[in-house]
Amino acid sequence: MSAKPTDTTPKKPAKRVPRTEMPTQPPMVRIQNYLEVALGYTDAEAKAEAARCIQCKKPMCRKGCPVEIDIKGFIGQLQKGDLPGAYKVLRDYNSLPAVCGRVCPQETQCEGECILGKNPDKTGGPVCIGRLERYVADTFAAKLAAGDSACLQITGEAACRMERPELKVACIGGGPSSLTVAGYLAALGIKVTVFEALHEVGGVLVYGIPEFRLPKAIVRREIDAMKALGAEFKTNWVGGKAILVQELLDQGYKAVFLGVGAGLPQFMNVPGENNIGVFSANEYLTRVNLGRAYDFPNHDTPIFKADNVAVIGGGNVAMDAARTALRLGAKNVYIVYRRTKDEMPARLEELEHAIEEGVQLMCLCGPLEFVGDENKRLKSIRLQKMCLGEPDASGRCRPLPIEGATDELEVGLAIIAVGTRPNPILLEATPGLKLNKRGYIEADPETGETSIHGVFAGGDIVTGAATVISAMGAGRRAAKEIARRLLGDEA
Amino acid sequence: MSYRILQKKILIPGQTTLLVIDAPHVASKAKPGNFIILRTSEKGERIPLTIADCDAEAGTVTIVFLVVGKSTAELNTFEEGMSIPDFCGPLGKPTHIDKQGTVICVGGGTGVAAMHHIAKGHAAAGNHVVAVIGARNKDLLLFCNELGNFCPEVLVATDDGSFGHKGFVTEVLKKRLEEDKDVSEVVAIGPVPMMEAVAKVTKPFGVKTTVSLNSIMVDGIGMCGACRCTVGGETKFACVDGPEFDGHQVDFGELRQRLGQFRPEEQESMKLFQHKCQCGEGK
Repeated sequence: MSAKPTDTTPKKPAKRVPRTEMPTQPPMVRIQNYLEVALGYTDAEAKAEAARCIQCKKPMCRKGCPVEIDIKGFIGQLQKGDLPGAYKVLRDYNSLPAVCGRVCPQETQCEGECILGKNPDKTGGPVCIGRLERYVADTFAAKLAAGDSACLQITGEAACRMERPELKVACIGGGPSSLTVAGYLAALGIKVTVFEALHEVGGVLVYGIPEFRLPKAIVRREIDAMKALGAEFKTNWVGGKAILVQELLDQGYKAVFLGVGAGLPQFMNVPGENNIGVFSANEYLTRVNLGRAYDFPNHDTPIFKADNVAVIGGGNVAMDAARTALRLGAKNVYIVYRRTKDEMPARLEELEHAIEEGVQLMCLCGPLEFVGDENKRLKSIRLQKMCLGEPDASGRCRPLPIEGATDELEVGLAIIAVGTRPNPILLEATPGLKLNKRGYIEADPETGETSIHGVFAGGDIVTGAATVISAMGAGRRAAKEIARRLLGDEA
Repeated sequence: MSYRILQKKILIPGQTTLLVIDAPHVASKAKPGNFIILRTSEKGERIPLTIADCDAEAGTVTIVFLVVGKSTAELNTFEEGMSIPDFCGPLGKPTHIDKQGTVICVGGGTGVAAMHHIAKGHAAAGNHVVAVIGARNKDLLLFCNELGNFCPEVLVATDDGSFGHKGFVTEVLKKRLEEDKDVSEVVAIGPVPMMEAVAKVTKPFGVKTTVSLNSIMVDGIGMCGACRCTVGGETKFACVDGPEFDGHQVDFGELRQRLGQFRPEEQESMKLFQHKCQCGEGK
């Protein structure tokens, strides 16, 4: 039990108490395995970190959270030593807290707004909100008695029965946005069926983000809990092929949510891109994560290996691919990025972890050609050197080629992680669905409703590639609107 | 959910097998040219197989596979009544079929099974379908009788001359094209060298030639680009843009090389599987 007072009067920040570090596997150990790097807080560490929160009267942190978690509320419960209470607060806003605590870029979201971050020299820096969220979700699940139902894990309540089976809703795509819709509506007793194209539910959580960052057992735990609530998951069903939106409406689904993501990889259209050894990050990561190729030949999916590996790009996907390549035995892994380290969109913790593990940054350059040998196997990449120009529309400085300045990097494997495009399969099979100029679905920003009445959309298929939590935020908004329409004032 | 095997027919012992799978939602949507992706176990890889036939009413999908590696060898151990854990489809663009006159469908090896479904589609659209199939000898010919049910002409080539023309399907095709100037399309499905040879034969005749590419695939829904190939100088994804493309535009050399990407791993996996089989540890 914490001795912290429970009143919410803002206090002056206490004298400098540094952020509580989270234990991690040492870099040289962790690159030999595929286990989670960050080990999570102990009870004492969580207690110490929770105590740093000053319970602001007007908490800014909450504004930084795309699903507006009552952060002050759950940390306040932790300060009182009430773990189930803290979990309940989290669950009211977020159906995947164990996931978000691990993968959100907190430094640009909740923690970026924390008042303690405004003057870190005096305060020790923002409260580690993500680490506390993760602690609450993991510890609550771990402390449940073995006989407790999965439903209890997800909601903190034992009631699992479908109260309104006649109110059925379908989600196409089984990623974070659809899972949020399913979790939210199922908790209200609405029957949700999720149609997933792959053989495992979770979208990017299972095929994209590696085990060492997000153990798949955690994703499965959250999905099992939704199943216990009555949500149904149909794998191997491709939206637009095996099932059409109009069919679902005809079958009596009261609403359809489209959360199919932006999974189509972008290539660079430079010569030699189809040489053997050049992969999209999606393929590389799908083989390793969904296909468990890190465990080949015990699992059947093979993966391509090389001593020297280049990863093109500077986002989270690039970091995941680079760190995966290290774990699969590469001697040198280079991140090839056309801007500088400061502009990299990757989550800060992942970039730091990657550098600790030995990933080498090659900034201010981009591929001109993937050079192959006589058998079309990649042997090197010809690089164009860059310098930074004026800021572009995104606010980041535009990389400009330095004429005549090229370099050659000898690698046997190149992984392209320069972004994704909308997957057209479902879009082409859904007449009447309005798309924007970039080919993404047009949806009302408040409700998520598309140009087709009763059909909602959210996540990357609306915004383009973004974060897990923003997809969940969109899912939450759509689910709220669906619930309002189906249940009226009850919702 | 899993997918029950309603019928297993060994077409060529130890080599080629036909399975009829209970998968109503796939059968109701599948068209000629579509394929499926399946997994044989929880640890299995995703492998693509072209749909050889389907029956929407019965809710069944027929697949035919050649035992070439671990996954197909394991699939061959499945018996009637057993279930396949993952069976996803229909995938890919269906064959473009309209009434156009005479269509020659060329099939080689296990490709004859996929060709059978497409030929059936063309026949149903009212086309005069000529089937040209080949094998090493007459015992290895696939779907010969079935094709006869809707193709007015079934032309056969065997390497040893035990049935039909002695030699390759391309020789039969060339002769047929020389005799008949009104062929509107040639469709070829089979091993890469065979499709490449067909495209080479038809080129001087200026006949539209469609080939079905068998690239390496992972997800089969456009997410990864493993199956990318060069068609007319542009990169295409065989799983969503194809698998059928203009045979005169395909870079077959690149396709052949890309198909060999994982050969050492494939051999390692197969060796391990065979070892397990011999000592009775595995299935």
